[in-house]
Amino acid sequence: MISKIYDWIDERLDITPMWRDIADHEVPEHVNPAHHFSAFVYCFGGLTFFVVVIQVLSGMFLTMYYVPDIENAFQSVKYLQSQVAHGQLVRGMHHWGASVVIVMIFLHTLRVFFQGAYKKPRELNWVVGVLLFFCILGLGFTGYLLPWDNKAFFATQVGLEIAESIPFIGTEIKTLLAGDPEIVGAQTLTRFFAIHVFFLPAALFVLMAIHFIMIRRQGISGPL
Amino acid sequence: MRRGKGLKFVGDSRVIDKETRDKIPKDYSEYPGRTEAFWPNFLLKEWLVGSVFLIGFLCLVAAAPSPLEQQADPNNAAYIPLPDWYFLFLYELLKYNYASNDYIVIGTMVIPGLAFGALLLAPFLDKGPERRLTRRPIASSLMLLAVASVIWLTYESVASTDWEARAEYSVTNEAPQLEVDTSDPGYEVYQANCLSCHGDALQGNAPVGPPLVEITYEPEAIKEIAINGIGEMPAGLFQGTDEELDLLAEFIYSTVNQGEGGASETGDDTEE
Ligand code: HEM
Repeated sequence: MISKIYDWIDERLDITPMWRDIADHEVPEHVNPAHHFSAFVYCFGGLTFFVVVIQVLSGMFLTMYYVPDIENAFQSVKYLQSQVAHGQLVRGMHHWGASVVIVMIFLHTLRVFFQGAYKKPRELNWVVGVLLFFCILGLGFTGYLLPWDNKAFFATQVGLEIAESIPFIGTEIKTLLAGDPEIVGAQTLTRFFAIHVFFLPAALFVLMAIHFIMIRRQGISGPL
Repeated sequence: MRRGKGLKFVGDSRVIDKETRDKIPKDYSEYPGRTEAFWPNFLLKEWLVGSVFLIGFLCLVAAAPSPLEQQADPNNAAYIPLPDWYFLFLYELLKYNYASNDYIVIGTMVIPGLAFGALLLAPFLDKGPERRLTRRPIASSLMLLAVASVIWLTYESVASTDWEARAEYSVTNEAPQLEVDTSDPGYEVYQANCLSCHGDALQGNAPVGPPLVEITYEPEAIKEIAINGIGEMPAGLFQGTDEELDLLAEFIYSTVNQGEGGASETGDDTEE
C-alpha cells in the first residue's frame, strides 16, 4: 500500500533523487565511531541539530501557555511549571536544552577548528557556521527575558546597556531591541518574544539549510 | 544533471521517466577504508546513540527543575544582575579596569569584536593548506588562548558569585502567602517600621529582609528583636511607643500563627 502510494507520487514528481540526496550516501571510515572511537568528535554537529530539534518542539509547546505581556508572562510560566501536567518537563527541556545546545555547538566549533576542516573549499561553510553560532547566542539572550522574573529583567537591562555602549549607533540599537531608549518594559518583552520566536528561528532554519546543503555537496573533510 | 538524447520524460513535464532514471549510477564518495552506507546501517546506529543521549538529557531535566525567580520588579534596587552561564565570560570581562567605565567600549566592543570577528573570518586569516594543528601554530595557539580565557573568565565569575544568596531569589523559596488583616491596628505600626524590609505580607524582600511567615517567636521575643535587632538586622529599627510595640508584636504573632491554637481562621479574623 505504502509503496503503491510512493510509486504513484514518484511517477508524477520524481522524488527518488531527493531521497537519494538525503539518505543515499556512504559514511567514510574515518568519521565512523564504530571503527575509530575517537571519531565521536564528528557527532557534535549532529547532536547540535538534535538539540535544536528538541528546542523547536518544546518551544512550540511552551507557546501554548506562555503569554508575552508583562502582567501575565511570569504568572503563565509559573502556572505552566507548577499546575500543568508535564509542564515542568516541557519547560525543563527548553531551559536545559538551551545550555546543552551551547555546549554542543561549542564542541562542534572546536572540532572543526582543530581539525582544520574550515580550510579550502569549506571556508563559506565555516562562515555560515559562525553565523549559526551568533543566532544561537541571540536566542539564548532573548529567551532569557521571557519568564519576566528578576534575573531575566536585570540581565536584559545589562545586555541593553552593553548594546547602548556601541559608539554612534548604540542608542538606536537599544531602542530597536527594547522599544524605548530608556524603559525596559512591555515593548521590550513583546519585541524579545518576536525575535526569539520568529526572527531568529527563521534565520536559524535558513542558515541550517545552507549549512547542510554545503556539507552534502562537499562531503565531509578527509582524514588528517 | 543528465541532459540529451535518450531521455524519456513523464508526459509533458520535466520529470525524467522512471526507466531512464534508474540507470543513473550511484554517486558514492571515493573514500578508502571501510565505508558504510548511511541508509539504513549507519542511521540505525545514530538513532541508538540519539536515544541514549535523549534519555540522559531527560534524566537531567527530571532531576533539576528549571529555575524561576520572583516576578520582575524594576524597583528592586538591591538585585544583583546575573546573565545565563554562557554569557558570564563577557560579564566578567566588564569588571576589569580597562574594560569598564571610561573604557567600556573596549570591554563591550573592541575585545569581543576582535575575538568574534577573527572567529568569523578564521578561514581567511589562516589560509595555508596545513590542517594539522601542530603545523599551524599561530592559529591553534590563538584559539587555545581564547578558549582558556573564556574558561578562566567564566570560572572567575562563578567563583565570585554568592550562589546561596541567589537561591533566596527563587520562587521555590518564596514564602507562602499569608492573609494579612490590614485593619489590625498593629498593621499600621508594622507598615511604618518593618514593611520596607519584610514585605507587605511578611513575605520578606530579598535580599534586604527575610520572610517572617515561618518564625516561631513568642510576642515577647518579637518585641526584643524589634528593639535590639538580630543577625544582620540592626538595633533601633523600631521607633514608637510601648503600646505600639505591643500592637506590633501581637499583630505579627497572630498573623504568623493564624489558624492555629484551635481558633479557625475566620474566627480569628472576627475576633481581632
Ligand atoms: C545550529 C548549529 C549547527 C549545526 C546544527 C551544525 C551541524 C553540522 C553537521 C551535522 C555537520 C557534519 C559533520 C559533523 O557533525 O561534525 C557539520 C559540519 C560542519 N560545520 Fe556545522 N553545525 C552548526 C554550527 C556550526 C558552527 C558554529 C560552525 C563553525 C564556527 C560550523 C562549521 C562547520 C563546518 C566547517 C563543517 C564541515 C566540516 C567538515 O567537513 O569536516 N558549524 N555541521
